[in-house]
Amino acid sequence: MRKLMSGNEAIAYGAYLSGVKVGSAYPGTPSTEVMDNFSRYPGVYAEWAPNEKVALDVGIGAAYAGSRAMVAMKHVGLNVAADALFYSSYTGLNGGLIIINADDPGMHSSQNEQDNRVYAKFAKVPMLEPADSEDAKTFVKVALELSETFDTPVILRTTTRISHSKSSVELEDSAAPASEKSTSPAYNRDPGKFVMVPANARRRHPVVEDRLAKLAAYAETAEINRIEMGKEQLGIIAGGIAYQYAREVFPDASFLKLGMVYPLPQELIRSFAAKVKVLLVVEELEPFIEEHIRLMGIPVKGKGVFPITGEFSPHLVRECAAKAGLINMEQDNSSTTVSQPELPVRPPMLCPGCGHRGVFHTLSKLDVLVLGDIGCYTLGAAPPLSAMHTCGCMGASIGVAHGVDKAGVSDRSVAIIGDSTFFHTGITPLINVLYNQGTTTTIVLDNRVTAMTGHQVNPGTGLTLQNKETREINISGLAKSIGYEMVDEVSPYDLDKLSSVIEKHINSSLPSLISVKHPCVLNVKEKHPAPVVDQDICVNCGTCLELGCSPLTQEEDHVSINPLLCNGCGLCVQVCPAEAILVNDDNNGKERR
Amino acid sequence: MKNKIDFMLAGVGGQGTILASDILVEVGLKLGYDAKKSEVHGMSQRGGTVESHVRWGEKVYSPVVERGKLDYLIGFEMLEAARWTSYMNNQSAAIVNRYRVPPPSVNLGLASYPPDEELQHFIETRAEQFQWVEGNAIAQELGNPAVAGVVLLGVLASKLGGSEDVWLEVIEQLVPPKFIDLNKQAFIRGKRLNA
Repeated sequence: MRKLMSGNEAIAYGAYLSGVKVGSAYPGTPSTEVMDNFSRYPGVYAEWAPNEKVALDVGIGAAYAGSRAMVAMKHVGLNVAADALFYSSYTGLNGGLIIINADDPGMHSSQNEQDNRVYAKFAKVPMLEPADSEDAKTFVKVALELSETFDTPVILRTTTRISHSKSSVELEDSAAPASEKSTSPAYNRDPGKFVMVPANARRRHPVVEDRLAKLAAYAETAEINRIEMGKEQLGIIAGGIAYQYAREVFPDASFLKLGMVYPLPQELIRSFAAKVKVLLVVEELEPFIEEHIRLMGIPVKGKGVFPITGEFSPHLVRECAAKAGLINMEQDNSSTTVSQPELPVRPPMLCPGCGHRGVFHTLSKLDVLVLGDIGCYTLGAAPPLSAMHTCGCMGASIGVAHGVDKAGVSDRSVAIIGDSTFFHTGITPLINVLYNQGTTTTIVLDNRVTAMTGHQVNPGTGLTLQNKETREINISGLAKSIGYEMVDEVSPYDLDKLSSVIEKHINSSLPSLISVKHPCVLNVKEKHPAPVVDQDICVNCGTCLELGCSPLTQEEDHVSINPLLCNGCGLCVQVCPAEAILVNDDNNGKERR
Repeated sequence: MKNKIDFMLAGVGGQGTILASDILVEVGLKLGYDAKKSEVHGMSQRGGTVESHVRWGEKVYSPVVERGKLDYLIGFEMLEAARWTSYMNNQSAAIVNRYRVPPPSVNLGLASYPPDEELQHFIETRAEQFQWVEGNAIAQELGNPAVAGVVLLGVLASKLGGSEDVWLEVIEQLVPPKFIDLNKQAFIRGKRLNA
């Protein structure tokens, strides 16, 4: 029986079938659903870790103990976890360890589009790349077997289009028995292998090199690398989603489909190249496969034909191939010339009722320099709020703010960070500010959930991934306990109080923390009656529109509020200088302030 | 059975585009096609655009529809429908919900929302067939504007022909129990619109 699954669902299913017992991840688009789905299978342990490095250490520990383990993260998450990746490559493991790593070509929801195939080469670990959901399920099993046979972590790389596309997967009768090793977890004490002091690490490096050579030999005959012969005129080497696009654009060509992208099967490539007249690599992002083939001295086309930036599509592959003379462009009947109306764009914006809005509105009014971070609240950078001035990576805000402070900038500034990002990598820079006598004010937008990726629980939520009640970590308590003397908690919906607290903090020379605390209204489904605009009083000044809240609509000579979209947070009532926006007294909801 | 049928569903986060595309891809599989779907989500809940590709075929490789090869455009929102016309050709059909969700720039008075006729003309000239559907009005009549997308699926099913049983079966399978009847009604209202 076949069932439609997304790539991420299929990975979780494959992990369950393969007897993975321990899973740890930090949510990140497009990888999040891997652990979400895995956590629902019977008999498994799954958790959200505060960040990817912690998740990988947890996976390594479980695998050291003989259990099969899976760790999942988005591409930039592996930057955070890189330290752990490199030592685990040296130590090897005991049970199988698979690292799910989802790249995001085209940056649908990321700050860069790095090609993590490079990490496989860098850390000297094998990498598999599925081309659809069936592959995803199967490759997890292959990866775990490889991990145990060759004593190495294995990376399974997906991209957004693999993770978030659905295709059919063959269901298996029941879960295969877990690997023998995972039935009785036991840590086998072997310090020469697992304690990476220099003397041991020096002995392990040649082991790693030897392992790579063996993996390269395995790659030559691995079933997941396969030749599909068509016409000899054109031979295409591809893996992942690029393989699917190429199959459509070049229906007659011969293919070498690579399921294992590192190490590459050199002899297989050589023999394939010998069978075809023109050799072409179709790969998104870096010329990873192409460069390897060039080093082998084989003539090949690749990035001369296809771009190095952005996500591919069937259309793009066809266009580039036609431009390079590899195919004839079909008659394009879509290009009827019609005057294109000006279509207004629809960028994402903070949700109606979002507490972050009040904070950014206040910061904008106070004209504060805002060193920002990654989460829903990054949307505070967008107009009309336009109240965030840097955003680089998870946890960067507080360190960057401290650097700005130490450089002697005279602007009043704050670091702004969400609760999940604070737990991820915000605590250490918070310590740094205190230790190095900085004056930074850190504002934590504490909505008690990881909202951005779809409301995953986190250390502040009081629940685990598998829905067990647990201790809620209190952020202001944490700041006080490490020595912050100036700590306040404030509601994001009380603009006067918010403004006076922020003023007090940024005017002080003490390092400080403000916890702006209210649960995400979408997550707790909090809704109040929509306020009403009195059209006779409204002077159409546009002040409320500066909140950038979608239910507020500019009509001909006044503003109105769409009650279907409005969450009733009351911010617009507070900012209206004419007092034209009236609270709706039909108060069925709970009082907020 | 056709060699391939490509669909795109375009709307705004929260309109039920993803559920509708889940139903559509499942129907394809049940009808014996190889079927795939793809969408990009991540920030759609915060009011962004949602675009979902569904492909039925004997053998489907790419989960993404190729530009210029789309068979059916299902617009959940007028402006979003107009955004994807480059995927259509002179044999495509467009089914568009006559419903507007003004984007922020329009609410703020910085841009204007094109009039219905202009959007219709723009889409029509790139397609063989064009149909407005009062999806939200019908859904509202049924008691819940959230099922407008399933009304559109009904209209699509009437164009594709064939039995409605498979569709109803899939709706039953994918929709939460207490909304099954409502969604079935919405589908049937859509299916009968062109009768």
